Amino acid sequence: MTTVSKSARDFIAPHVRGLPKSGIRDFFDIVAGRKDVLSLGIGEPDFKTPWHIREKAIASLERGATRYTSNLGTPELRQALAAYMRQSFHAEYDWKSEILVTVGVSEAFDIAIRAILSPGDEVLYHEPCFVAYAPLIRMAHGVPVAVETFRKDEFRLTVEELEKKVTPKTRVLMINFPNNPTGATLDKKDTESLADFVIRHDLILISDEVYSELTYEGGRHSMASIPRLRDRLIFLNGFSKAWSMTGFRLGYVCAPAPLTDAMMKIHQYCMMCASSTSQIAGLEALQNGEADIAEMRESYNLRRNFIVSSLNGMGLDCFMPRGAFYVFPSIQSTGLTSQEFALRLLNECNVACVPGTAFGTCGAGFLRCAYATGMDQLKEAMDRLSAFIKSL
Amino acid sequence: MDALLKLLKKNARESDATLAKELNTTTEDIRARIATYEQEGVIRAFQAILNEDRLDTTDVRAVIELRIRPEREGGFDRVASRISKFPQVESMFLMSGAYDLLLFVKGGSLQELANFVSGRLAPLDGVLSTATHFMLKTYKDQGVLMESEPHDDRLQVCP
Repeated sequence: MTTVSKSARDFIAPHVRGLPKSGIRDFFDIVAGRKDVLSLGIGEPDFKTPWHIREKAIASLERGATRYTSNLGTPELRQALAAYMRQSFHAEYDWKSEILVTVGVSEAFDIAIRAILSPGDEVLYHEPCFVAYAPLIRMAHGVPVAVETFRKDEFRLTVEELEKKVTPKTRVLMINFPNNPTGATLDKKDTESLADFVIRHDLILISDEVYSELTYEGGRHSMASIPRLRDRLIFLNGFSKAWSMTGFRLGYVCAPAPLTDAMMKIHQYCMMCASSTSQIAGLEALQNGEADIAEMRESYNLRRNFIVSSLNGMGLDCFMPRGAFYVFPSIQSTGLTSQEFALRLLNECNVACVPGTAFGTCGAGFLRCAYATGMDQLKEAMDRLSAFIKSL
Repeated sequence: MDALLKLLKKNARESDATLAKELNTTTEDIRARIATYEQEGVIRAFQAILNEDRLDTTDVRAVIELRIRPEREGGFDRVASRISKFPQVESMFLMSGAYDLLLFVKGGSLQELANFVSGRLAPLDGVLSTATHFMLKTYKDQGVLMESEPHDDRLQVCP
């Protein structure tokens, strides 16, 4: 009997083979290598990590603090996180059993979803959204079910839309506010009605609040502040956005002890622990970094005002987002698709923005512009964008 | 501090139009507020911050600690005011501690500064002692690093 040997491609699991590459990645490949590009496509803060945080990390390396830590994270960091949760959200979490330090929020979401999904379980998530949610749900053999959010609602998630998509197979609602890519936030009324929805349908809620420190007005309304959700909430947060620590890859999850324990099992086998250097840096951020956040937030706020005013001034409809560092203007008035607009803007004016469709099909007609970039570049980018609009 | 002042401290050349957009107001309002600050003496000047080490000049800069005798009526102010008027004095502060005045001075050469200290400053009525420290290199001035950290090293597009 003859056997035909498999090609490398044949070894790839079908559910991974079927995963689309990130639309951001596609666009990155187009932009990569080009010179003089003004990029509003960067989803990370432009500030350097505050010096006292870097200095603490350097000092820890000098004294050789480079060992594995507890799987859950160092006791000092978890205690500081428990205090932060109490102070910021009036939420009580036991640092010994209910807080787990992860390698960024992406890992936190991955282990959360793997800990609770059985094959075929449905997860409601809203679009436009961060690119990782649906693929991670698929990799956990779950079924991602997108729920649209709309410009008319300033991209808030509404229970009305959720009710259209919920089925007996729905296990999880996944939300991310303040939102990447729209900058949308939730107000108190929204969080309360989402909480009711989750309880009514007996779901688990995963709330990624990594941008929560970057809320400019209207107050921060965390799902962690709603006591009746406590037993069914997996709260995700991290250090990347608040303290400009993206490369440290440091996040955490707060959840009831049985869920934390389940996530810990996955985390301990696949990750062991978050980087010890990063955990030391994170502790410094929590203990002495309040002023850093205030300063960066103030700076983002000014840029937000500038970019929203500029975009509306050139005829691109853009609501004033209350959080994160993104604006999500409509380019429908130009008659171009998001992809066409972004490509022409890049080719003709050397300005990179990400087409809204990279964040879900309902991002069609929109563009994500990140304003986590210096005022000089922002001004130049707005000048070029304005000239581009006039040339159409 | 007023957000407008903070922005001007960061970049005094920022256009009124941009300031207006950042602060959600009009250019007229920005102009009026700046004019008021100037009239009130809050804004004293708009200057560039230079890395003088990079200039092709022989200028010499020094810090001088000065002890002075306070006067019965005027305290330190009259002597201080006289000293501050010398063009060599770039900045000057009344201090607590071991000395009274801290001067940041600049001269065209070492000799010129030496002459200034020994010939003009030290003999002044009311000056008790001087201690001069020459500056060798500037790392940071008025909150501005003289050697910037590497420019934007982020990926050009990321999620």
